[in-house]
Amino acid sequence: MTESKAGWPLYEVFVRPRRGLNHVHVGSLHASDDRMALLAARDLYTRRNEGVSLWVVRSDAITASTPDERDPFFEPSGDKVYRHPTFYDIPEDVPHI
Amino acid sequence: MQDHSTQADVDDHVYLGLAEAAPGPEGEGRWAYGTGFADPLLGVDTALPPGVDGADLAACCLMLGDDALVLAQRLIEWCTRAPELEEEVALANLGLDLLGQARLLLTRAGQADGSGRTEDDLAYWREEHEFRNVRLVEVPNGDFAHSIARLLLFATARCALYEALSAHPDPVLAAVAARGVKELAYHREYATAWTLRLGDGTPYSSARMQAGLDAVWPLLDELFTAHPAELRAGVDPAVLREPVLRSLSAVLAEAGLTVPDVPPLASVLGRAGRDGVHTEALGPLLAELQVLARAHPGATW
Amino acid sequence: MVTAEVAEAVPAQAQEDRFEAVVAAEQRIEPRDWMPDAYRATLIRQIAQHAHSEIIGMQPEGNWLTRAPSLRRKAILLAKAQDEAGHGLYLYAAAETLGVDRAELTEKLISGRQKYSSIFNYPTLTFADVGVIGWLVDGAAICNQVPLCRCSYGPYARAMVRICKEESFHQRQGYELLMTLMRGTDAQRRMVQDAVDRWWWPSLMMFGPPDADSPNTARSMAWRIKRHTNDELRRRFVDMTVPQAEHLGVTLPDPELRWNEERGGWDFGEPDWSELTRVIHGQGPCNAQRVDRRRAAHEDGAWVREAAVAYAAKRRAEQSAESGHAEGTERPATAGQHAPTGEHTEHGEHTEQENGK
Repeated sequence: MTESKAGWPLYEVFVRPRRGLNHVHVGSLHASDDRMALLAARDLYTRRNEGVSLWVVRSDAITASTPDERDPFFEPSGDKVYRHPTFYDIPEDVPHI
Repeated sequence: MQDHSTQADVDDHVYLGLAEAAPGPEGEGRWAYGTGFADPLLGVDTALPPGVDGADLAACCLMLGDDALVLAQRLIEWCTRAPELEEEVALANLGLDLLGQARLLLTRAGQADGSGRTEDDLAYWREEHEFRNVRLVEVPNGDFAHSIARLLLFATARCALYEALSAHPDPVLAAVAARGVKELAYHREYATAWTLRLGDGTPYSSARMQAGLDAVWPLLDELFTAHPAELRAGVDPAVLREPVLRSLSAVLAEAGLTVPDVPPLASVLGRAGRDGVHTEALGPLLAELQVLARAHPGATW
Repeated sequence: MVTAEVAEAVPAQAQEDRFEAVVAAEQRIEPRDWMPDAYRATLIRQIAQHAHSEIIGMQPEGNWLTRAPSLRRKAILLAKAQDEAGHGLYLYAAAETLGVDRAELTEKLISGRQKYSSIFNYPTLTFADVGVIGWLVDGAAICNQVPLCRCSYGPYARAMVRICKEESFHQRQGYELLMTLMRGTDAQRRMVQDAVDRWWWPSLMMFGPPDADSPNTARSMAWRIKRHTNDELRRRFVDMTVPQAEHLGVTLPDPELRWNEERGGWDFGEPDWSELTRVIHGQGPCNAQRVDRRRAAHEDGAWVREAAVAYAAKRRAEQSAESGHAEGTERPATAGQHAPTGEHTEHGEHTEQENGK
């Protein structure tokens, strides 16, 4: 395998925009090791003070659902309307609920 | 396309939204350059405190400011030439940090010496012999390993110096140094990480890294050689020699590299960078840096 | 790949219908969704060209970095060049979700098999060019790019949102620089007019050939990759720019420029398309030097990138040894083989399709 093919592995970058919020996927980058990925993520994805915390993870470490699993994965919850608070009728005059 | 006009409106609107960005940390204005950034001098009194000699303080600020400016100029030369795009972004960040320090320090020098000269007066209108930077920062970049070796030496020593200076009696210098510690600590980590990768990477990279260290090591001593103005201003870089050398030796040992056994570069009649006696490399660097500004005296950019 | 086998089990027509429905509903196609081969190939070509343009676009302005006439301008210009490297990275990452590797794309750029925006094959001759590039070139880029924030391909659209927000600083710094120069000395004002004269027509050409000569536009618009035709965007750019030029006090070098009351926009002359064709075909003032610089950086950096890979492999081997595993169990550190969510592996075969372009 030539050098150009065997470049640095791909990492996915997650930024916590500020305290109280989840880390959000912002993009990816190439790095030869975890520490380089973290530093590069800082340099690339927080140039404008966009975050207070960073995660990087090698892309090949992520296991993802496939589009064809969409129905078996995500359809079953569609009928579980009882998980939603509006499923339940509560009289208007009951406070704080 | 029946919905053509609707789309055009949406895009015009988006454009408008970009152009009229809302200010503040949550608004779109935070994307624009220079907003949402803390001014290190916010609330810092720029009056010269009693007991601080203006001329000596100015001399110190010039030395530190020139170091930062000249090294920033060298880092800028890497732009579009870095070994990988991620490094392009990283090297530009280092350059921007140093440029920011240079601007604050040169401005302080112009205040402290009473001349009222601005950062640009000092950067663009002084002659080579008036620059007070150490010779380490002015020598050409060489290859990536050579540049990393220079950065490792400079960042390690300057981080330690800024730590000491963050308690300086001059509140401006102290504030610049306090922010500089954080920036230089990052530069040191960046340079350390690359020293390890190159030193303990391939046989070729290890040889390049050792050659880079051998080339810049003779220039290290100047960072620990106190200038009389520094000593009068309460700054003695000589005390940093032992801890900085210890730190560098540890990095080189981990990288499988050898601490170069080379004597310091000689001075000229006892004078070196801090006295305005430089290598041949500084002249062309300044000629390039200053050429446009000097072609238009009095112009505003 | 398991996913590829599953995909084959779904009838092709059903996949295509689903794709068409998602696009028609203004939803986004995501990396692992089925998509027509031609859609994928078009996106790869367009995103790669866009990414290459960001990276090559660092050079014309980078030409003035070491000579910037004030430290403030130097910092701004460095931050801008850095942004362009960042934008190139965002875009290469978006392209990589389509199954190509950045290194492959770089190879295609430096071997001349993929293009970048021809505007960057013109030289920057004075510092006013820095301002005019910000104002006109970045302004034209924003006109092109804002509609791409709604592109049907999710990763590209998301990258464009980020890029457009950051680009707004680029255009403004350029205009502010030009305002400063126009308030300055006669020499500075002459510098600005000269730069406007040289960059105006190339900026108009950034929108591509006239609609009549742009055969792929209709398909790209049907796929909601493109939202407006080249000529629509060009007109919008002229309409936006003319009042800005008036405010600045510069003359746009087009004798045919006049207000069209009926249309409510500006009529303008026809660019010299024969010159653009020559520049595209490698005869521009700076084509060779731009690609040479990129190639040199890539080749000079090879030993550095290799060293980092070797170092990482040694550290992993040490960790394996410490944790009692055999060294042979470690993962290979090859980028193109890995997929954040599987998408990089499935469609590698499609990437060769655009080679012939």
